[in-house]
Amino acid sequence: MSDLAWIDGALAAARPQAMAALLRYFRDLDVAEEAFQEASLRALRNWPDKGPPRDPTAWLIFVGRNAALDSVRRKAREAPLPQEVLISDLEDAEADLAERLDGADYRDDVLRLLFICCHPDLPATQQIALALRIVCGLSVAEIARAFLVGESAMEQRITRAKARVAKAGTPFETPGAVERVERLAAVMAMVYLLFNEGYSASGGEAPLRSGLCDEAIRLGRLLLRLFPAEPEVMGLTALMLLQHARAQARFDAHGAIILMEDQDRSRWNGRMIAEGLALIDKAVRHRQPGAYQIQAAIAALHARSPRSIDTDWPQIAGLYQALEHHMPSPVVTLNRAVAVSKTEGAQAALALIEPLGERLSAYFHFHGVRGAMLLEEGRSGEAREAFDRAIALARTPAEAAHIRQHIDRLQAEAAQASPK
Amino acid sequence: MLYAILCYHSEAIVGGWSKDEDDAVMEKLEVVHQRLATEGRLGPVARLLPTSAATTFRKDSDPPLVLDGPFAETKEQLLGFYIVDCDDLDQALAVAQELGRANPGGAYELRPIGVFYPSNLPQDAR
Repeated sequence: MSDLAWIDGALAAARPQAMAALLRYFRDLDVAEEAFQEASLRALRNWPDKGPPRDPTAWLIFVGRNAALDSVRRKAREAPLPQEVLISDLEDAEADLAERLDGADYRDDVLRLLFICCHPDLPATQQIALALRIVCGLSVAEIARAFLVGESAMEQRITRAKARVAKAGTPFETPGAVERVERLAAVMAMVYLLFNEGYSASGGEAPLRSGLCDEAIRLGRLLLRLFPAEPEVMGLTALMLLQHARAQARFDAHGAIILMEDQDRSRWNGRMIAEGLALIDKAVRHRQPGAYQIQAAIAALHARSPRSIDTDWPQIAGLYQALEHHMPSPVVTLNRAVAVSKTEGAQAALALIEPLGERLSAYFHFHGVRGAMLLEEGRSGEAREAFDRAIALARTPAEAAHIRQHIDRLQAEAAQASPK
Repeated sequence: MLYAILCYHSEAIVGGWSKDEDDAVMEKLEVVHQRLATEGRLGPVARLLPTSAATTFRKDSDPPLVLDGPFAETKEQLLGFYIVDCDDLDQALAVAQELGRANPGGAYELRPIGVFYPSNLPQDAR
């Protein structure tokens, strides 16, 4: 790897922590961003010759802070900039800073940086865009590509989000224990939104958007480093790893969805699965189940099954029932119904599904699942109606194509059954 | 003489590599692995999963303490390692417990392995 690629990696790795410290120092998102930007430029100029500093994060905070202070002073009285060599030689100051970074301050700093992106006034897409820009350091162009919108539209969206965050005021006081838990919950929800933004992409878009899943997993690991003993953080990271492990097997060459039961499991990413399973093992020891852990446990049961027919459906149905308790939602019940259909049959599943009709009438998967169950029960006419509604609600060509397969099969069967 | 070569790097940096970057590094390493293996000089090679997947088993307290996360103390040094096949973390902890009873004091870090190449040493050939 070339020097410059190494530096890019180091800058990206240091970014959340460095930005978080600079934000605490300057209490202004834009100033902190400019300071980090300036420090990164100086790193690109200095590191290739001088070699990387012992602690790149501390160097970036130190240099960024000085650069921003300089710029403030320069604006005030046009004083000359100090030599960069002087700044980067201040090893003692760096070491001192590095030591303080290890403390609890740093954890609250990074949590704060993530938390301000989750302001409840911000719509989900703005939360995610802001986090990608500020915490992950993606360029506006990269974020625009991932959201499939134009660059200027994304620029506007981020600027608006920043203005709203600035108006709301950043909470700089050190959070109490309860507040810390609340912030962490909001941040976890945002990280999972980010993940789903990438994961729900359809076949054609998936390569463009799977980077969002990688960023979300990176944030999950960052949260784990900050909160190593929080079982829900383990659960969230495990859930994302186990789902993303299937990425290579989820679409066929034409971008059509391949259902999990039909996926080539040899294309699942073994290393991600191993990491996800290890995290669940750790989480379970805490005996504090939560929604992320339960969903991860479900994903783990799929990951542990060498073949689709080996899937432990009774346990999955039980886990969905537990999830209904932690996170009541008709979508969870719908998923439980799918598991129940494998253990008790379509009729039992339909009994669970029918009461959801009112709340899920506009939900693609509801009609898709219901159609499949009706089909299994031999109620072809009703199945056909459900599939038609599903197609009308499909958000992506891949979803529509998937339902069309069912309809084609129905028509083929009807043609076969009808007298010649 | 057998040498263990222990690999240290910034986890945030290596963990941030894209799949292509990671593959490129592994490919270059593979050239070195292959040569050493052909010469019959390469023992088992392991790439560990991130420290976030680690659990630490402190056997200097009674009863031993199980902590989330990697071993982070600096006053103890790495003196050896085991590679054990386990169904899950509980089984790995049971092994650690047994080893710890035989040799109390210090700590074990239990870290799942992501990539494992078995030994190519002639004395390990079966």
